[in-house]
Amino acid sequence: MKIRSWRFYAVCVALILAIIYILPTFNPGLWPNKTINLGLDLQGGMHLVLDVEVEKALESTMERRTYELRDQMRRERIRYTSVRRLPDGNIGVRLADASDADIFSAFHQKEFPDMDVRRHTVDEGLEFRFSIPIEEKNHITKMATEQALETIRNRIDEFGVNEPDIRIQGERRIIIQLPGIEEPERAKQLIGKTALLEFKIVEDSHDVQDALTGSMPPGTEILYEIRRDASGQETGRVPYLVSRRAVLTGASLTDARVQVDSQFNEPYVSISFDRQGARQFERITGENIHKRMAIVLDNNIYSAPVIQDRISGGNARITGNFTMEGARDLAIVLRAGALPAPVKIIEERTVGPTLGAESIRKGLISMLVGGGFVLLFMAVYYKGAGLVANCALVLNILFIGAALAAFGATLTLPGIAGMVLTLGMAVDANVLIFERIREELRLGRSPIAAIHAGFDRATLTILDANVTTLIAALVLFQFGSGPVKGFAVTLCLGVLSSMFTALVMVRLVFDIIYDGQNKKVAQLSI
Amino acid sequence: MQIIKPGTNIDFIGKRKAAMILSAAMILFSIFSLILHKGPRYGVDFAGGTQILVSFQEAVDMGQVHSTLDQMGLGNATVQESREGRSYLLQIRTIQTFDADSGILMELPRRLHETTGLGAEILSIDMVGPQISKDLRSQALYALFYALLFITVYISGRFEMKWMLSAAVAGVFVSVVYLFPQIMENLFRISLPIPLLILTALILSFLVFWKLGLAYALGAGIALLHDVIITIGLFSVLDIEFNLPIIAAILTIMGYSLNDTIIIFDRVRENLASRGKKTFAAILNQSINETLSRTIITSGTTLLVLITLFILGGGIIHDFSRALLVGVVVGTYSSIFVACPILLFLHKKQGI
Repeated sequence: MKIRSWRFYAVCVALILAIIYILPTFNPGLWPNKTINLGLDLQGGMHLVLDVEVEKALESTMERRTYELRDQMRRERIRYTSVRRLPDGNIGVRLADASDADIFSAFHQKEFPDMDVRRHTVDEGLEFRFSIPIEEKNHITKMATEQALETIRNRIDEFGVNEPDIRIQGERRIIIQLPGIEEPERAKQLIGKTALLEFKIVEDSHDVQDALTGSMPPGTEILYEIRRDASGQETGRVPYLVSRRAVLTGASLTDARVQVDSQFNEPYVSISFDRQGARQFERITGENIHKRMAIVLDNNIYSAPVIQDRISGGNARITGNFTMEGARDLAIVLRAGALPAPVKIIEERTVGPTLGAESIRKGLISMLVGGGFVLLFMAVYYKGAGLVANCALVLNILFIGAALAAFGATLTLPGIAGMVLTLGMAVDANVLIFERIREELRLGRSPIAAIHAGFDRATLTILDANVTTLIAALVLFQFGSGPVKGFAVTLCLGVLSSMFTALVMVRLVFDIIYDGQNKKVAQLSI
Repeated sequence: MQIIKPGTNIDFIGKRKAAMILSAAMILFSIFSLILHKGPRYGVDFAGGTQILVSFQEAVDMGQVHSTLDQMGLGNATVQESREGRSYLLQIRTIQTFDADSGILMELPRRLHETTGLGAEILSIDMVGPQISKDLRSQALYALFYALLFITVYISGRFEMKWMLSAAVAGVFVSVVYLFPQIMENLFRISLPIPLLILTALILSFLVFWKLGLAYALGAGIALLHDVIITIGLFSVLDIEFNLPIIAAILTIMGYSLNDTIIIFDRVRENLASRGKKTFAAILNQSINETLSRTIITSGTTLLVLITLFILGGGIIHDFSRALLVGVVVGTYSSIFVACPILLFLHKKQGI
């Protein structure tokens, strides 16, 4: 048989590729290839799954539409007895005069063609019920999730994390991976904040205590300011009665940055508005001099300064005994903008850096020890052939590592376990072949004939046996997530590379040793 | 060197009655234990809640830990302590989940430090909300089901050349599992429990394999199910938590057990071709014996590395390697004592 067969070239190519891909892992920067990607469980970090509460986005859309409807009808002089949100979230419109129904229909088609309307008779009166069509709902849901993703990405970019991975999963979930993060709690608060900034006028004409006991004037609500001491511990809550409608929101913000008050040496956040926002801010402050304006973030009041004068120029400051860090984080969320809907953390996995390093160390030790045992056993049991199998085993690990680096796959703790397991199972193919060769020898075949028969007969069995493990690994890959997926990948790679080493590489070595010589082989070392 | 002398002929098939009793006993024991423990003990992945791993450099007073947790409103948490190397580990489990603003997780090490006077370091936090844990549970079940189904399809295709037949059967079952709940949900507003659905689908597919005479697929399939049930049962007896890595371990066991079964089946087919006057039982025995060396060596090396992983791999990988250890032993046993007798049984039925 020719030595320079396809096997020879296949092995050469595989070896060269493996070395090219594995080297950067040991010597980063050697060439621009990637190193082996470590999973969060090995390098430490945080994995979050957020649920975007899209219902809230739908709700606020309906809220806005209700206002628009009312305004628009007033402008068109269509008289109504009520325009209100129904318990099911839709909008119910009752006309003052039933004969206006045709005018109203024309109005609806002109002004709100993207909403479905149904006529209902309620208490002998006519009611039009507006609802959002299902495609529009889906669109709002999709937009809310995508916008949330974008906002969160901006916040994380500003917070500063190396190689964050942020992506949408399903319809309304966002997966965030932050490797090597040092302040997981702070990052979580930064990500989870809706950051809806609102300016609301404080209703000082009414007593807060009265409102708290039940007599709330229409169109107002109670919000609280949380007081904290220097270490950030909550010391008390101050209630304010504010008008429900915001006079201005963070949507017209262009910038937010941390500055330090020279007088009190306290950090504050200075914000600037766009042109339209600045004009609005000037008008509002002009109209409400000597009143207090509450600066509300996610329904918490940060501060409620008294307006001394008309403020022009489009700049304002948010004060409220911040720590430097707190002010910085607030500036980040304000700059990145509000989330279109609140998000909820529904899964969190944080691994500290110590645990990750420890896991790697222990994984490597068990790999060395376990592998050592297997190598020793194979060498004793199969002698010469065992040594060949051992080379294949070592190369197996090299191939798995190189393939992980080449495909940009992630090595996880179960992945290391998968590699260790592969060490045990990888000898299977070789064992099958060697046992076959021994059988053939026992049947009285010549050594070379036994080798050929052994490989040929074992090949199909090896393929069959490994395909099933491959199926299990693929199913795992499909259904698993995170570390489990990492395990599936290493298992797959392990199966493929052990088949390659046993069927191609070991065979090549056998061919070189026994077939290359023209003299007769008297005995096999097996 | 040789472990098994050539020409060894142990009568494995002759011991099938004893094996059947053993298997039945183990399966009954598993089911009994599961009933007694009210199902498998789910970890955070499948039950939801929060699990926090804290390490101390010195032994810590458990009374102080409990009172700290009480103060923080975590009175219902369970605490498990263990030692690893020079550090002491506390595993705190609660069914609560915390949102970003609660700050509890940030406060925990600080409070623990205050009360115990020892430095506490949070090693890891796993928090899984109820929706996610429900998703993970059904995902895991589907994974087990699909793996089992695909594998049986492959076997009946490979060994009996009935690719189309078994693929068609599998296709029907996949669509049953996929479509039936949706139909029930949409038409009758009944949501079926997934375990029930999958169990029904599995039993149905085994019945069909039996009726169609797909002996190899049936043998391998039942051996697999046997392994999965016994592994789960043993976990229940040992009170090991079910988490995602354990599912990975079970799927690996399925792959491994099948690996073993297929190698014997391969030999059976080969020996059937040059059968002579031997009975089917004799062929089975011969095949098992001929592959016995390989079975022992491969299982042996695998067990060897699993034991090192179990001893040296550290706490996180402990349950995972234990699952695999159990699985490799049961998987090897089932290939010989479950899969082969079923093959024999079906062959007798078909009068071969």
